[in-house]
Amino acid sequence: MGHIKELAGKEGLFTGGHRLCAGCGIPVVVRQFLAVTEHPVIVAAGTGCLQVASAIYPYTAWRTGFIHSAFANTASTISGVEAAYKALKRKGLTDKEFHFIAIAGDGGTYDIGLQALSGMLERGHRVVYICNDNEGYMNTGVQASSATPLGADTTTTPVGARSKGKERERKDIIGIVLAHNVPYVAQVSPAHWHDLTSKAKKALKTEGPSFINSLTPCPRGWRSETHISMELCRLAVDTCYWPLFEVEEGVWRLNYRPRIKRPLADYLRTQARFKHLFLPENKDILENLQASVDRQWEQILKLCDGN
Amino acid sequence: MYDETGNKPGWQSLPRGGVIKRPGSASAYETGEWRLEKPVYNTEHCIQCFLCWVYCPDSAIDVRDGKVIGVDYYHCKGCGICVQECPRTGRALDMVPEGDNK
Amino acid sequence: MVQTALEKQSGSGKGTALSGNEAIALAIRQVNPDVVAAYPITPQTDIVQYVAQFVADGQVDAEFLGVESEHSAMSACIGACAAGARTVTATSSQGLAYMWETLHIASGMRLPIVMAVVNRALSSPLNIHCDHSDSMGARDTGWIQIYSSNVQEAYDNFIQAIKVAEDPEVMLPVMVCMDGFLVSHSLENLQIIPDEEISSFLISTRDQSGLLFQPVTFGAMDLQDYYFEHRRQIIAAMETAKGVLLRTGKSFKDLTGRAYGLLSGYRIDDAEIAVVVIGSLSGSVQVVIDELRSEGIKAGMVNLRVFRPFPVREVASALSRCRAVAVLDRSDSLSTGGGPLFIDVRSALYAGPESRGAERPVIVNYVYGLGGRLVSLDDIRRVFEELKRVVSSGHTTRLINYLGVRE
Repeated sequence: MGHIKELAGKEGLFTGGHRLCAGCGIPVVVRQFLAVTEHPVIVAAGTGCLQVASAIYPYTAWRTGFIHSAFANTASTISGVEAAYKALKRKGLTDKEFHFIAIAGDGGTYDIGLQALSGMLERGHRVVYICNDNEGYMNTGVQASSATPLGADTTTTPVGARSKGKERERKDIIGIVLAHNVPYVAQVSPAHWHDLTSKAKKALKTEGPSFINSLTPCPRGWRSETHISMELCRLAVDTCYWPLFEVEEGVWRLNYRPRIKRPLADYLRTQARFKHLFLPENKDILENLQASVDRQWEQILKLCDGN
Repeated sequence: MYDETGNKPGWQSLPRGGVIKRPGSASAYETGEWRLEKPVYNTEHCIQCFLCWVYCPDSAIDVRDGKVIGVDYYHCKGCGICVQECPRTGRALDMVPEGDNK
Repeated sequence: MVQTALEKQSGSGKGTALSGNEAIALAIRQVNPDVVAAYPITPQTDIVQYVAQFVADGQVDAEFLGVESEHSAMSACIGACAAGARTVTATSSQGLAYMWETLHIASGMRLPIVMAVVNRALSSPLNIHCDHSDSMGARDTGWIQIYSSNVQEAYDNFIQAIKVAEDPEVMLPVMVCMDGFLVSHSLENLQIIPDEEISSFLISTRDQSGLLFQPVTFGAMDLQDYYFEHRRQIIAAMETAKGVLLRTGKSFKDLTGRAYGLLSGYRIDDAEIAVVVIGSLSGSVQVVIDELRSEGIKAGMVNLRVFRPFPVREVASALSRCRAVAVLDRSDSLSTGGGPLFIDVRSALYAGPESRGAERPVIVNYVYGLGGRLVSLDDIRRVFEELKRVVSSGHTTRLINYLGVRE
């Protein structure tokens, strides 16, 4: 494990003293990602848990340059930063190299920031865009987003006499991003740190936009215990709910194939947001969810075609 | 962020635009008091795998000279991920109730 | 000086016939921006086209971002300016409205972005013609607002705006407003300032406090303990901006011979009756004033150039000797309390200890020109007729009036 020790030897670019909840997956993703950067970093973040907890005046957890503007505009804000860099570099006003990183949650990516993301991808800015996908609007108190999975109990898709949680499946953000023909797209989990940091390095070296979607546990919103946040990610990967893959210049590669594909219920059982799905009357939802995971897994296997 | 008299600065002496000019200033902010349980580190059993460091959400695993040396209780929120992920769980890292000086 | 296609097409050198949009595009090229992020909207569109062409022709060394919305245009401007780039853009109407949340962010972060606003009515109903609803709706966003009465002023104002915005004592964004179509699409003979004179007029160095120069945090959460102080700073910067606008106007006069203040008076010094206007209507008003003066009627005008910061003292002082004043608003607040210019002018007449006990002019409001409704010289004459009546009777019959609307 030489690699990990080297990373730990560098000064962390994201300090303690931030106010994200105990057991939150976001800072784990951020720390792993920043650990493999080689140049000065400028981060843009959308309004959300990470931003409100990492920069509360006069405290900032960032040792990088950091800008937060609003909720919908993470991608357009970082586009401006990167454009400024290109202009000032050309004019000889800066000679440094930089990494430009945008970080937003699923609300800021799948929903309110989708247009800005699309614009950034189409314009081809050299930006790594990381989506911390915790499958809902957690900062405002666990409302459903278009990343919330079928059946999940949230404060806007509550389980009730006539409701069994969210009625629709989550949006295929990877498919949407890939439709922009960007050079590098990957799906990661912070529990698989070696995979995440390898992909981070590739993304940081990509000439043009790259997109990383990370499963990012939220103990508060998922109603899971804080100490199992990484274990949850492993279960998500081992059940093939959250496959680890990358798409380089349109070529799909599966980065991890579980030896035994575990039943989805093993993952769902760890989170009280899915508790109602284990009632006998909701058996069909559970089966639908399993079928949907199976279908997507088969699709990915086909797309990766032995890669 | 207080002046020598202990008062917060007025608008005339603050940097403009709400910009924070001290990178990493949050390290001065204590989040350790959030803890209900705390991880206790025992160097004798530690195999220096660094998994606690890589998974800690709070940058609260202290590393010096290439070695894990303990937990930064000023920032550790007691989530327990380090103990859960430790290959020598219960020995190199163990979770105990806050206030227990084991 | 680099000759652009635009200048060649319309003749060369000084005294070139250009539209307001062309003049703004030319000014954008000449102020040497680093980043231009913009989205097309009628009637601002050709500004964006010309700038894109200048970049394509290598006549300005800027990154041009043709973004996917005005929200992203201003967001990219915020990122660019926070990084340390000289950043400009342009918009109109719905585009400005779509930017709304980011306008506050630009001023809150104290970013000296300069934006041309080509004034156009707001939906609904949809209308592409001039009124001031768009920029008046953004009057309290912490942006300096400079209005232009004609093409030359639009050009001159844009150049001065860069210097004002970037002044270390100000560091606020500026909107340079001109009337859609009435100015943006009118050809006028423009006195063009040579490139090298503009670059020596402006601040040559880039601010080094941005993200590309320091690992700083922009846009932190600011709670009960600091937010108020940071907002208070903006107010102080706005106050300072008045002096900087005047100072900049003075050095601009030294450069070009053309004078700019916070407002301009036309035959106002001895006027008994006066109107207050913003923008292109001032030309027609001057014609009517000259007629009235030839009849021995002491009519005058205050044309407001700077609406934010509002020149409270200057407005009050310019109107203090009048007996009746009509404020002409090209938008309405829809509050039933009159147009935004009226509300501020009337408030200014009550400002300061010097106004206490003083005789104030009787004041009336005329809302005009919504959605590009033409205003005739007769309309303006009617306003002065009413002011004459007010002076002789000592009171108004109606406080808020709508000029040129069918009843």
